[in-house]
Amino acid sequence: MIGRFFSRYTIWIYAVLAFVFLLIPIAYTIVFSFNDSRRTNISWRGFTLDNWVYLCDEQGVCQSFLNSVIVGLVATLLATTLGTMIAIALVRYRFRFRAATTLLLFLPMATPEIVLGTGLAAEFLTAGIPKGALTVILAHTMFCISFVVVTVRARVASLDPAMEEAGRDLYASPGQVFMRVTFPLLLPGIIAAALLSFALSFDDFIITNFNSGPFTTFPKYLYTAAAKGMPAEANVVASAVFFIAIIAVVVSQLSAAARRKRLAKQ
Amino acid sequence: MAGGFAEAGADLELVGITKRFPGFTAIEELNLTIPAGSFFALLGPSGCGKTTTLRLVAGLEDPTAGRILIGGKDVTTTKPYQRPVNTVFQSYALFPHMTVLENVAFGLKRRRIADPLGKAHEALRLVELDHVAQRKPAQLSGGQQQRVALARAVVNRPALLLLDEPLGALDLKLRRQMQIELKDIQSDVGLTFLHVTHDQEEAMTMADTVAVMNKGQIEQMGAPEELYELPKTAFVANFLGQSNLFTGTVTNSGKESIIVDVAGTKIEVPRERAQRHAGEVTIGVRPEKLMLHTSAPKPTPGTNVIGPGRVNDVSFSGVSTQYSVTVPKLGNVIVFAQNMVFGPVVNDGAEVWLAWTVDHGFGLLDDPADGPRFEPDTDTKSIAVQRREKLEEELEEA
Ligand SMILES: Nc1ncnc2c1ncn2[C@@H]1O[C@H](COP(=O)(O)OP(=O)(O)OP(=O)(O)O)[C@@H](O)[C@H]1O
Ligand SMILES: [Mg+2]
Repeated sequence: MIGRFFSRYTIWIYAVLAFVFLLIPIAYTIVFSFNDSRRTNISWRGFTLDNWVYLCDEQGVCQSFLNSVIVGLVATLLATTLGTMIAIALVRYRFRFRAATTLLLFLPMATPEIVLGTGLAAEFLTAGIPKGALTVILAHTMFCISFVVVTVRARVASLDPAMEEAGRDLYASPGQVFMRVTFPLLLPGIIAAALLSFALSFDDFIITNFNSGPFTTFPKYLYTAAAKGMPAEANVVASAVFFIAIIAVVVSQLSAAARRKRLAKQ
Repeated sequence: MAGGFAEAGADLELVGITKRFPGFTAIEELNLTIPAGSFFALLGPSGCGKTTTLRLVAGLEDPTAGRILIGGKDVTTTKPYQRPVNTVFQSYALFPHMTVLENVAFGLKRRRIADPLGKAHEALRLVELDHVAQRKPAQLSGGQQQRVALARAVVNRPALLLLDEPLGALDLKLRRQMQIELKDIQSDVGLTFLHVTHDQEEAMTMADTVAVMNKGQIEQMGAPEELYELPKTAFVANFLGQSNLFTGTVTNSGKESIIVDVAGTKIEVPRERAQRHAGEVTIGVRPEKLMLHTSAPKPTPGTNVIGPGRVNDVSFSGVSTQYSVTVPKLGNVIVFAQNMVFGPVVNDGAEVWLAWTVDHGFGLLDDPADGPRFEPDTDTKSIAVQRREKLEEELEEA
């Protein structure tokens, strides 16, 4: 009897347990962003909106968050642009050391972050570049490029060369072919790569920590703050990021569904 | 660069074009002149180099040797977008991210021609697809996509239009209708059409000139009737319609005709219809030119008679009946007879003689020892497979 029950519902029980396990930290973070904490945000002291309303009063929270966003955007822009060009070159052109280039591009993904972080730090020291926003951006761009190349490359490889040929046949110059045919067809891959880059850059801690000097990003701020007790404002930012991500996903899904419906109606 | 619509067609000249792919020669010393304003059909078995020829003319492929002239201008080294040429691709190659209308207007917009959308709608009406103008290509059937591809190229009114099997995916009725539309467009403006097709009837009915291509070379070209009535090679004789071919030795080479001894039977062929006049030759006659006789006909000058043979197959096909007759030492002979009376004239197993007017025979250029020239293993599908394999290899290597 009990055996039957288990064999029937095992999968459900596992699924629920897995979700609880995954979601508890997130739920905890969100709930405690409303905690009326005074010094430490460990035990529940009552509900308040103050943390959300007076967010930037807590020293360093908003600044570090802003820093992370700026670093993320700049690194994403650089990595996506360079990575896309590299991906196209790798698929379309035959040149010496093409295979070697591919291998070298994969290397940063396989290397432990701590090795990359210390290596870069040593390099910046040798080159005499003072640690700060610039070094962080350079470091992030470097490891994001690999992910961009891998993502966009697959898209380029699946692109039918006949599309571009048709463009050329229809009087489009090479630049026009790229802007009107190649780029739009690669766009889904490029967007995916950009989102991935931003996410990687935004929550990178190890490499940043080795290369930032006095410059503080949000993960670095959290790390320092944790030592003396995490302020509730950190939970606010974390929750806000979570909600923004969820909203972005929901909106894109809804608009895709609406578009499908509109096309179906025609 | 081509600005505005072409006022008239341009002539196309290929001079000694050779195209080699790594390890494979697709086109060998191709010489071809297509006069302005003509409808030129290119026929040939799969993999003989038809698409490659069009790609060379469009500029999507560079020739290994030779020159390409359009309207007298050497365009061998110019870029595709600078040539007054448009292509209807065999694979359609529609832009998946654009609507049908945007696809059709693409070329017009690039050349900044006035009212691109209006003209695109007009072209879509021509192929009866204006009602799907706002759809994406993926939402169309294969035949509809093909018609969009046709509209997208035709709308530009190029001096030279390259059509790579543009009607292959259409049903018979629509195909006939599109043939008429195409022919109208072509003769209205006097554009030059280079049309690749597998449909012999299409080539014969639409084209001014038909060229039969085999293994990267033009075997024979000329007016459709000429090609059919007087094939010069065994390949053409069998590729365009069917032929009965016999091989023998010339025993008498006269002023008017030659006499060929085929395994003891003397067959006469007019001298000007024979490509070779001495030695071993292959001669032929079309199946519909043969007459069946149930008794030995009296030998008359100007008529060839073979037989007796035995009918081994009769197949009725509506307007005509096809007989297969085994003639000892000559092999199998095919006869098409018009159905003038009810039912077949002779039955399976009957003893018959075959006769034809000497004027209908033809003599071929081939060396009879050459054997068949068909090699059916290279088609576009195998190119696709080859390409994919190459790509996979590279991906692995990477
Ligand atoms: N990129 C390439 N690399 C190597 N060989 C090629 C390439 N493109 C074409 N070929 C070869 O050239 C020959 C001619 O190809 P082509 O596509 O011109 O044939 P086709 O006459 O258009 O055939 P189909 O009627 O099947 O379309 C084929 O044997 C093919 O294998
Ligand atoms: Mg082809």
